[in-house]
Formats: sequence, structure tokens, C-alpha cells
Amino acid sequence: MRGFFALLARNRLALGGLIVMGAVVLLALITPILPLADPNVTDTANRFKPPFSEGALLGTDHLGRDLLSRLLWGTRLSLAVGFAAAIVAATIGAAIGIIAGYYGGRTDNVIMRGVDMLMAFPYILLALAIVAALGPGLMNALIAVAAVNVPFFARNIRGITVGIAHKEFVDAAKLAGMSDARIILTEVLPNVIPVIVIAMSTTVGWMILETAGLSFLGLGSQPPQADLGSMLGEARSALITNPHTSIVPGVMILIIVMAINLLGDGVRDALDPRLKSGALSRPMAATLVKRDTVPEANGSTALLELDGLKTEFQVKDRIYKAVGGVSLQVSAGECLGIIGESGSGKSVTALSVMGLVASPPGVITGGAVRYEGEDIVGAPYEVLRSMRGRKVAYIFQDPLATLHPLYRVGDQLIEAISAHHPIGKAEGRAKAIELLKSVRIPNAEDRIDNYPHEMSGGMRQRVGIAMALANDPDVIIADEPTTALDVTVQAQILSLLNDLRRSRGLAIVFITHDFGVVAQLCDRVAVMYAGRIVEEGPTEDILAAPRHPYTARLIACVPELGEGRRQLEAIPGLPPAVDRLPEGCAFAARCDKAQEACKMGEIALTRDGDRAVRCLYPEPAPRQEAAQ
Amino acid sequence: MAGYILKRLLSAIPVLLGITIIVFLIMALIPGDPATAILGSYATPENVEKLNRDLGLDKPLAQQYFIWLGNMLQGDFGTSFALNRPVLDEVLERFNATLVLAGTAFVLCSVIGIAAGVVSAANQFGAADKSITFVVLLGISIPSFFLGMMMILLFAVNLRWFPVSGMWPIFGERDIWALLRHLTMPAIALAVVATGVVARLSRSAMLEVLRQDFIRTARAKGVRESGVIWRHALRAAMVSIIPVLGIQAGFVLSGAVYIEIVFQWPGVGRMLVDAILRRDILLVQGGVVFVAACYVTFNIAVDVAQSLLDPRIKT
Repeated sequence: MRGFFALLARNRLALGGLIVMGAVVLLALITPILPLADPNVTDTANRFKPPFSEGALLGTDHLGRDLLSRLLWGTRLSLAVGFAAAIVAATIGAAIGIIAGYYGGRTDNVIMRGVDMLMAFPYILLALAIVAALGPGLMNALIAVAAVNVPFFARNIRGITVGIAHKEFVDAAKLAGMSDARIILTEVLPNVIPVIVIAMSTTVGWMILETAGLSFLGLGSQPPQADLGSMLGEARSALITNPHTSIVPGVMILIIVMAINLLGDGVRDALDPRLKSGALSRPMAATLVKRDTVPEANGSTALLELDGLKTEFQVKDRIYKAVGGVSLQVSAGECLGIIGESGSGKSVTALSVMGLVASPPGVITGGAVRYEGEDIVGAPYEVLRSMRGRKVAYIFQDPLATLHPLYRVGDQLIEAISAHHPIGKAEGRAKAIELLKSVRIPNAEDRIDNYPHEMSGGMRQRVGIAMALANDPDVIIADEPTTALDVTVQAQILSLLNDLRRSRGLAIVFITHDFGVVAQLCDRVAVMYAGRIVEEGPTEDILAAPRHPYTARLIACVPELGEGRRQLEAIPGLPPAVDRLPEGCAFAARCDKAQEACKMGEIALTRDGDRAVRCLYPEPAPRQEAAQ
Repeated sequence: MAGYILKRLLSAIPVLLGITIIVFLIMALIPGDPATAILGSYATPENVEKLNRDLGLDKPLAQQYFIWLGNMLQGDFGTSFALNRPVLDEVLERFNATLVLAGTAFVLCSVIGIAAGVVSAANQFGAADKSITFVVLLGISIPSFFLGMMMILLFAVNLRWFPVSGMWPIFGERDIWALLRHLTMPAIALAVVATGVVARLSRSAMLEVLRQDFIRTARAKGVRESGVIWRHALRAAMVSIIPVLGIQAGFVLSGAVYIEIVFQWPGVGRMLVDAILRRDILLVQGGVVFVAACYVTFNIAVDVAQSLLDPRIKT
């Protein structure tokens, strides 16, 4: 609760709303003891006095009554009626909702049908009908406004209650022989009260507006008593000649409702956990770049080169170093595997290449990504965009989430082409069919008109690959493309990628957590742990003789067919959180060979021929021993 | 699709029946008898009794309901005693005027609201977002009748850009330009609150969608940012925006009552308020049932639009 108020206080607008609302309520409360003129005494000799006249700060109305006094008394009445309507609606609505939600079944059905029926009415119409039946009057307006808001509360509270009614503590109370009435009062009600309060805080503004509206129409408070709505209604006939009599009550309604809305928004935001984590911020078109230094080009001839790439997630006061200085190279026709556990930073590394890391919170803070020798980190958006899909294409995991659910796959394929080359309708369609055929989708002519949800997982992934191939890119970055698929489909997809690589001379960066997949496809492999590369080298050599203890443990985790009941060795512990990386080797805490030295200072990636390892006590390299 | 529309229309029948029951019961709650209300307190008991018999009010409640419902189904909504005219004729004529007003306001609130929400989300925390958020907050906090009055004061009285009130000029041509000149202010005043609500919801729906994986896919393909926002994100966000548009359609339809009074617009809302104040019960009943039925139809249209947009909805 205290955290809630702190959060509310941090939201300056909500705080402003709270202060204004507090002031208005206070004024309304002390109105009877203020030295004001009688609001109902008419003095036609002094009618329509302008504001700031002698004895009438806000002037007088068409009957010569003091406007300031009428305003304060009217505010008092409007607030009282608005809050009363909110309380009545919340009480009745909550009672209905709790009963429907708690008893469920038939009771629930009948009640909710009635509620839906009431909600089928436009609410102003319903309020009008109720006032029509009861006759004009402030009390009747209150009843009407409360009644039209009951369904809103009933429905919200029912939803919450259904969830609570099936919780263990309610079952326990039932088993203990407590009566339903007692369970509702002692177990259910305390849990729904916060929801009721929030719903009230967001609707009380509406209720004040609705009551004012009914009074404005002459159906609410009756003369001489006046709330803000009827003051406005009475002043309307003199709008053109004496606008101040309209402006005074109108502005007051505006102030009250705006303050309540600000406060309501603040309450809602304070209670929404997603706002705290920044999960509701929009990712920008390209990842933010904040590099202090730009590394010099090193004359490498690789097609794509990552040089000391650093990507961080900056959330509030925490910094998650997802990628902590990664250097990699891949040449045309080559397949490089990046392997690591979840959270090791391999996907973020891949997404950083084309600036696709969600930002905020992602920031590229160092290093370079060179395509044919040109650094593209921090390149103008248009340069980056024109390379995306045309030079470097991506294949993502889970194609159900990564394909647009509302467009036909054909249209999504054609769009991939037309993003870079203008293409006619018929030509685009022909090209799309051709692409689908190239990834071995049967009946491509029919399948092109499917929506993603109409396809199987394997088919969708083929569409994903076809989309990546649309512009004949030089590099394909495949981010766990087979993880969501079953084993036979996985094998098909892998062999498809392999064929494409050979026939088109593609460079592939293949991200996975599965050494089996790496062995099948990749020429070289880089092992990532806690945002850094710990070992790199030709796939066969690393599989045969891993040098980093982590690589060795990772390989030992892979079950093999026909190996009998070998003990699978899970790696104890968890990778370190990347916002609190330990000094020295990040794997030291889980490594059974760790020494004191491992936990101190920076450990460099030591290169040795075509292999590299980041370890103080690596396993000996077998080939070198043989050479000696 | 035709089957789906038919199914939705059939499912509306119980809702419509429920609406007639609610309207009928509310009217049956009226204290005292309607005949006295109609004839005034000086009426002779004989006259009151005769009128009650004529109106069928001496029969049991259930029977009264079915007679009323049966007549309505045959297009007979009764006769307004104050206007001495068939209720349906009056309602239809007034409803036309309301439809022009509410329809325009609905188009305004949909187009401007969605555009504002998208621009706001696309520039989250930027200057455009902040100013839109502020204007929206102002818009949803101002009572439409007060806004209408202030617009009259400024644009009609001071600047003389638009006529003060009415739907047509008293003298002169009744052409489309005359209508537009009269329509502009009331339509805007009516649309403001709904626009604010639509803009708010569109903004949050867009922010929700912009974090989805398929947006990243679109960017990875090299789609231009404008295409990412307006084609990919907005289309997906429309799935949650359309139901709100349905609610706003009902809101402008019934919220028109305030605007019709402020701008002297000859619509069904003003007719209803007058009828309530005159206790013209049959006119109130007929008008409410008619408008509520239109509202239900709107909701069906929303569902159909939703199924056209989202292929995942089984039709």
C-alpha cells in the first residue's frame, strides 16, 4: 500500500489531480460555514452582474442570485450525488457480481443474461427511460445514474469472484463447514474490495458527468435547488448575452472531472505491474546506439564481422549486459553455429546485427558490426532498412508468433520483395509461388492464400525461410528456427537450409541450444555463456575435444541414441544474472575445476590456430599434443 | 459469411425481446395512472376510465405487454397523444436527423481517434504523444453540452463562421452546403468525447501490438517504418479497436440528446426529452425501443466487421 502511494506520488499529473480534487472536496465540505450570500435569494434588480463586481465575485445569474455561492452549493450537491451514485452502483453491482460469480452455474447464467441485456442499452437512453418512469428530480436522477452503472460493476466483480471462488482457501472454508454467507463476507469480499475501489475511482467522474447531464436536460435537480448541471441548463437561455453564467458552472464540471480522470489514470498506472517493468514501451525502428569508442577496422575480409559487440538492456537503474563484447566472423558459403543456454545472449547478438533489439530497453554500447568491411552500427535508419532482408535476412523461432496473423502468407511474401523492389501484382504472386516451391511446400499455388493459422508448424517455418530468401540475401541469421518443431520436421528444415547454403552460397549464422543440430549443419561453432564467447572453433574439433569446461559439460548433456542408460549430466546451478556478473570467469561458480585465479580479473579469449578459448585452465588441445 | 450474419441476427432476437420487456416494465412502474397524466388532474373519473380502457390499461400486465409487442411487430407503435401523430412516423423522421448527426460524429471519432492514437503510440513519450494525451484528457473531461455552448459562443456568435443552431436555414436552399454548415459544430461537439476514448484505446492497443514478434519480423524484412506502423501494427490493433468503435457508436447515438438540445437539432433525443417532460409514454417507449434496436444492430455490424478482419474467428 505504501509503495502504491509512493508510485502515485511519483506520477505528477495524478498528484495534481489529487490536490485539485482534495481542494474541491474541502471547499464543498466547508461551504456551509463560509460567509456566502444565500444561494437562493433572488434580487432581480441586480441580475446579470458581471464577475468581479461589488459584493459578487463571480457576478449574479438571471435572477440576481450570487453565482459564487450557487457555484459552491452546486458543487457540493453535484459531488454528493455523483459519489452517492458511485457507492450505490458499486454496492449493488458488487453484490450481484459476487453472487453470480460465487454460486456459478444456473444462478450465474440467469444473472449475467440480465446484465448483458442491460448493457445492450445505450446507457443515456436507459437513464432517460428510468427518469421518464420515476419523474424528474435529483433523487430519481441519482437512481437512474446508479442503475445504468450497476451492470459495469456486476460484470467486473463477477470476473474477479469466479477466480477467487475456486481458490484453495475458499475450498478450505467450505470443508470447515462455514456457511456460504459467511464465506462471502469473510473470504471473498475482502479480496474484491480493492477491485471495487479501483472501478469506482475510474467511474465516479462519469457519474458526476451523467448526473450533470440529466440536470442539464431539466430531469435532475429542480429549482430553486441547483447542481452544476442545472445551473448550466438554466444559464443556457442567456448564453449569448451573459456567457459568464454558463462558463462558471461549466468550467467547474470540467475541473472536477479532469481531476478525477487524472487521479483515476494514476491509480490504474500505479497498479499495472507492466508499467513498472517498462514492458509497455514501444520498440523503436532500430536499436539505440550509444558507443563511446568505435573500433578501428581490422582489414578482415569476412562477409559479416562482429567486433567486440556490446548490447545492454537498461531498465530503470539496472543494466543487463546481455552481450558483453562478442567478436565473430562468417564468410560466404559458411555456416557458423552460436550455441548456449537460454539467456546466454545468443539471440540478442543475432538481433543486434540489423538493429532489431527492442529499444527501449536495448542499447548497443560498443563494438562494431561490419558488412563487407563497412560498419553498420549507428548507420542511418534508411541504410539499415535497405539492408534488412536484402543483404541480411532473419529466420525466427515459433513462426506462429512471427508471421502476421491477419495477412495471407502470400501477401507477406510479396511484401518482403516489394519492400526493396517495386513489383507488380501478378509478378509478385508468381515470385511468391516460386519461393514457396523452393522451400518444398506442396500445392504452393493453393497454400499461398492460406493464413498462418491454417498451416502446420513445419509449413509455417518453411514460409519463414521462403520469406528470408525472397531477396536473395547474402547472409541468413536463423534464430533457433527448429526449436518449436518436432524431430522429423526439424531434420527436413535443416537439410533444406543446408541445400540452400550450397546452391546459393549463403552465409548462415545458426543459433541454437542443441549440439546435435550444430553437428549436422555448422562448419564452425561459437559457444556463448553469460553474454560472451567462451570457446570457438571448427565443429568437429570442438565436439571431439572441447577445451572449455562449459563446452564439455554442454556436450555431456546431449543424450545419444544407442548409448544405453548413460547418466546424463545436468550442469548444476544456473547461469549468473547478467546485471550482476561476477568478476573473472562467469562460469566459475558452476565449474568443478575453478581455482581462486578464475574469480579474479578479466580472462581473455586466447586464440590458438583456428580455435579460441576463454579459460585459465583449458583442457589440453589434442592436435597440438600429437604434433609435439 | 451469410450464415454467420444470419446466426448473429437470430441471436439478437432474445436481446431485443429483453429490451422491450425492460422498457415496458420501466414504464409500468410509473406511479399513478398514465390516463391521469395525459388528461391532467382536472379530468373526470369517467374520462380517465375510458382512456384507460382505450389504452388497454385495464388488462393484466402480461396481456398489455403482448398486445403492445404484437402491435409493434406489425409496425404500429401507437399514437403520441401530445403530437396526435403515429409514434413510428415521428420517430422515423426524428431518427433521420439523429442519424445524420451521430453518423458524422461517428466517422469523425473513428478516423481522428484512431489516427491520434496511432501517432501517439508511434511517438511514445515524444512531443506529439504528450500533446495528444493532454488534448485527449481534456476532451474526455469536458461535458459535451458545455463544449457545444462554448463553440456557439466562439464560432457562431463571435466569429460568425457557423449558424447558431438548427439543421436547416429558415429561409433559403436546403442543399448539402446548408446542411454541412449547420452540421459542423454539433457533429464536432458530439464527437469530442468519443474521439478521446477511441484515441486512448488505440494508443494502448498499438503499444501492445508493437511489442509482438510479427512486428519484429516486418522490420527484419526491411519494411519501412510507416508500413510497420500503419499496415502491420494498426491492422492487428484494429482487432481490439473495433469493439470499442461499436460502443462509441452507441454512445454518439444516445449522447446526441445533449447536442440536439444545445444546437436545436430536430433529432430523436430531443424528442425523447420533450416526451418525458410531457409524459408522452407511448412516444418514449417507441423511441427507446427503436433506438435500442438500432444499437443492437450496430453491435452485430461490429461482430461482422470483426470476423471480416480476423480470419481466425470461425464464421
